[in-house]
Amino acid sequence: MTDTISTPVANQFWSVGADIEDTKAPKGVDIDKVWKTRQFQARLVNPANRRKLSVIIVGTGLAGGAAAATLGEAGYNVLNFCYQDSPRRAHSIAAQGGINAAKNYRNDNDSTHRLFYDTVKGGDYRARETNVYRLAEVSANIIDQCVAQGVPFAREYGGLLDTRSFGGVQVQRTFYARGQTGQQLLIGAYQQLERQVAAGTVKMYTRHEMVELIVVDGRARGIVTRNMVNGKVETWTADAVVLATGGYGNVFFLSTNAMGCNVTATWRAHRKGAYFGNPCYTQIHPTCIPVHGETQSKLTLMSESLRNDGRIWVPKKAEDCAKDPRQIPEEARDYYLERIYPAFGNLVPRDIASRQAKNMCDEGRGVGPAVAEVGSDGVERQVRRGVYLDFSDAINRLGQKAVENKYGNLFDMYAQITGENPYETPMRIYPAVHYTMGGLWVDYDLQSSIPGMYVTGEANFSDHGANRLGASALMQGLADGYFVLPNTINDYLADAPFEKVADNHPAVVEARATAQARIDKLLSIQGTRSVDSYHKELGHIMWEYCGMERTEAGLKKAIGLIQELRKDYWSNVRVTGKNEDFNQALERAGRVADFMELGELMCVDALHRRESCGGHFRAESQTPEGEALRHDDEFLYVAAWEWGGEGSKPVLHREPLNYKAIELKQRSYK
Amino acid sequence: MAVTGLIMIAFLLFHMYGNLKMFVGFEAFDHYAHWLKGATEDGGMLYPIIMQGQFIWIFRFVMVLAVLLHIWSAYTLSRQSIAVRGPKYVNDKRQAQTYSARTMRWGGVIVLAFLIFHLIQFTIVPGSFGGNGAEPHTMVLVGFQQWWMVALYAVCMVLVCMHIRHGFWSAFTTLGANTSPNARKWLNFLAIVVAVALFVGFMIMPVAVLFGVIS
Amino acid sequence: MKLKLRIWRQTGPDAAGRMVEYDLDGVSEDMSFLEMLDLLNENLTERNEEPVAFDHDCREGICGMCGVVINGIAHGGSATTTCQLHMRSFSDGATIDIEPWHAGAFPVIKDLAVDRGALDRIIAAGGFISSNTGSAPDAHATPAPKREADKAFDNATCIGCGACVAACPNSSAMLFTAAKITHLAMLPQGQPERYRRVKSMVAQHDEEGFGNCTNIGECAAVCPKGIPLESIAQLNRDMIASLFKGDGK
Repeated sequence: MTDTISTPVANQFWSVGADIEDTKAPKGVDIDKVWKTRQFQARLVNPANRRKLSVIIVGTGLAGGAAAATLGEAGYNVLNFCYQDSPRRAHSIAAQGGINAAKNYRNDNDSTHRLFYDTVKGGDYRARETNVYRLAEVSANIIDQCVAQGVPFAREYGGLLDTRSFGGVQVQRTFYARGQTGQQLLIGAYQQLERQVAAGTVKMYTRHEMVELIVVDGRARGIVTRNMVNGKVETWTADAVVLATGGYGNVFFLSTNAMGCNVTATWRAHRKGAYFGNPCYTQIHPTCIPVHGETQSKLTLMSESLRNDGRIWVPKKAEDCAKDPRQIPEEARDYYLERIYPAFGNLVPRDIASRQAKNMCDEGRGVGPAVAEVGSDGVERQVRRGVYLDFSDAINRLGQKAVENKYGNLFDMYAQITGENPYETPMRIYPAVHYTMGGLWVDYDLQSSIPGMYVTGEANFSDHGANRLGASALMQGLADGYFVLPNTINDYLADAPFEKVADNHPAVVEARATAQARIDKLLSIQGTRSVDSYHKELGHIMWEYCGMERTEAGLKKAIGLIQELRKDYWSNVRVTGKNEDFNQALERAGRVADFMELGELMCVDALHRRESCGGHFRAESQTPEGEALRHDDEFLYVAAWEWGGEGSKPVLHREPLNYKAIELKQRSYK
Repeated sequence: MAVTGLIMIAFLLFHMYGNLKMFVGFEAFDHYAHWLKGATEDGGMLYPIIMQGQFIWIFRFVMVLAVLLHIWSAYTLSRQSIAVRGPKYVNDKRQAQTYSARTMRWGGVIVLAFLIFHLIQFTIVPGSFGGNGAEPHTMVLVGFQQWWMVALYAVCMVLVCMHIRHGFWSAFTTLGANTSPNARKWLNFLAIVVAVALFVGFMIMPVAVLFGVIS
Repeated sequence: MKLKLRIWRQTGPDAAGRMVEYDLDGVSEDMSFLEMLDLLNENLTERNEEPVAFDHDCREGICGMCGVVINGIAHGGSATTTCQLHMRSFSDGATIDIEPWHAGAFPVIKDLAVDRGALDRIIAAGGFISSNTGSAPDAHATPAPKREADKAFDNATCIGCGACVAACPNSSAMLFTAAKITHLAMLPQGQPERYRRVKSMVAQHDEEGFGNCTNIGECAAVCPKGIPLESIAQLNRDMIASLFKGDGK
């Protein structure tokens, strides 16, 4: 234990509840037997009984779509919901890089154990060993499954699958489909889903947004949705509910998430009793296209693979920052990652590359157009938020043709968005929020703290610890959807069918009334500020104080700011139109309201975790060289937050992490 | 559409070959015309596989059937498409459509009118525009010695060949032959060759008549 | 930049729509087309008018949710999605006409948002390989030649945005259908259901009320993912072959 931080003090922001544990992963068996043992222990549902059981699945991305298709194939009645106009639009589609699998097709010493190890280490030792091992175990099945579905992975001339190395690992285990792996995997799952829709096992409800969870006698039994076309508020009941609603990166307003990505489904469930795990763990991706101005609505990620050949630099002197980069001589450039991390250079992990880019810009050495921003001192200033990612060396070394073959589509995308030609002038990049490792707390079966509610994919907290390895998000989504959930939910459904819930059951009536009242309230305020303006302000607060670097003072300030903003929101927001219509302002209004509550919890979580780990960097906890410093003696646990009630403090439950198969180490990339 | 269209294109190539007999001589031309009808001493085309004088009827039947089916398909398909089309765009710009593709429907109707006129002139009421049905070359000579008749035919043949330019390529796409960029290039090229060949092949004879090269 | 926008406003599926004119100031050329619409909507909200409804989600050109006809061309004419079109493509003072996808099979929900559910139903009719989870052989059990795999990929890049339908004078979804047919027909795993697939997908296409293909090529010209017209020929070839074969190869 180091003395860089103070010992815990009773805090005004949260209270502490009892410790919890995962009761589902079999204990006392070797790590490689845990999943098989659990699969054998889990009770089964007779195929003939499955058609009497129904499961609600919210979300149609990799985790939701795959689960809906698989449970449909198994014979359950699945009701599947999404807010988009088609299940094929889920944001899994935007993943570019690839999907990891421990196939060892390259004969390069890869194995389940190595993928397991890399994922745990990449997560900075804040993930559950059992979950991660299972993820590595089923990864190989995912590739088989997807190929059988017709996913057109990249192939070599011999007709076999191509793989590449990705995200700084030393084996070539990443399968890919050009720069559109997510799209291809999602379309694969979507096709299987549509097959089940045609077979009648899955009923698909598009443009339906979940706005409330129905809990009956302590069990999750249904959801309330708002039909986004006509505003109808409807209730749906089933024997179990699965949330596969993705991450909450849009709490920052600007992120690489789709515009519609939101936390409402999981947040409503949280308010009904589901614990929220590690909400402060967010991944900031270093290679995104910088912000161009206040009207920007989203950020675009460019594949991390660019760092394999591009060199990152900023001018040594601040007065050079406005110059044409081609006029800045070699000796006036600071290749800061190569300077600080000579061993890994430009390939340091995402969190380090991101934080250093921020440091350079904070020092006033950023490049690109200056954008107005309000600093933590409340003063508005003009800051250049960008660093150069330069391919001129690569073009000289390999030739433009080779660079074009490797990165052509990314260069085109950059040119399309910025209007600049990256073959001639260096690209400008800046970090952006990309993925949230936190999410609803689940046990080994992926069941939340509410019996009967399961959470899969990015929506849960389970597999990535404090930071996610590249090409692992797709792996987790599909692992959960195809192979994990369909082999664990049966243990719960073995007790079903449960007593049917009538439409006039008090729990149903209450849930519907809550949802309706919220809609009515939002429409009745008729204030002066648009929903987006609040969302942007929330985003600024989160980015400034709960972004790449967090401090105790900053987080406390952020909590205050968010509380004020929330108060103002509920008295001054303007939502035009009516409920009984296609009303996009109203949709956003509900989501932003939930983001504000979540944002506060994220800050509380970040405040309580007085250590740096993975994507969570607390300025108070760093090594003398300025690197993240973990405190395993104090924080080797999952923080699972319980909703404390309106106006009350959240309750912290700790799930201690036990490392048996892997030895804990401090990360070092020097 | 594709099959009947290709049958008609094949017929036109055959027809063009017959017309060019005018350059060989009137007798050859007349003989050829009679031979098709089985009115020659060798029993005519395909005799004795087919009875004398029967070929032309089988042939006419196939052609009429092709024309009717072509029209019927065009009519039903157009009607279906128009029925399912949404409201018209206030601002509508076409990106790829060629002039010939755009004029397939109305062009087709005009081509049909031309076909009827042409059949009246030479087949249904032989000699209705001058000349003698028993000596087909006279009808051709009388008809094409008038500049306006040649001009009319020229305009109509432009329409026919445009129809064929898109139709030929389109037919092969419908029949599944156009599955690679290379195939597409060749089919496009071939479509132009066929269209140009038909235009030149058909118009060279009337022009020759008009300018007295054939008389 | 200052713009004059003429936007199709329609309150519901059965209401009549019309073009409404708006002046918009303060547009920067770095904005995407949708950010320009966001700005208009913020202005409308400020004036307490209803914002313009339009579909959008990922805003990085891959989800296929956005799509409007801009100055008469689906997605605005630079072979990209509406979200990837940037305002630097327009000049200051320009007039821009914005209309929804118009096709009988795509009823307007509101303003610029349309219902494209018909495309999902075409996929449900057979645009898949029947392979239950857990039943797959090893991924390397069946090698797939690179050339065919690449062609499958080219067709698999379809994002289902519906621009092909919007641009087609016949409101045909043949390019969309053909892309899926070709994607799956090029892969060894797609063979067992190859001919059954083409028959049922085309039947569903017709049943949904899409028009007939006349090989004009408007669809391929506006496709943001460059699906070629040749894919339709592949569909036709398989359709003809299906007359002589059973379900699959």
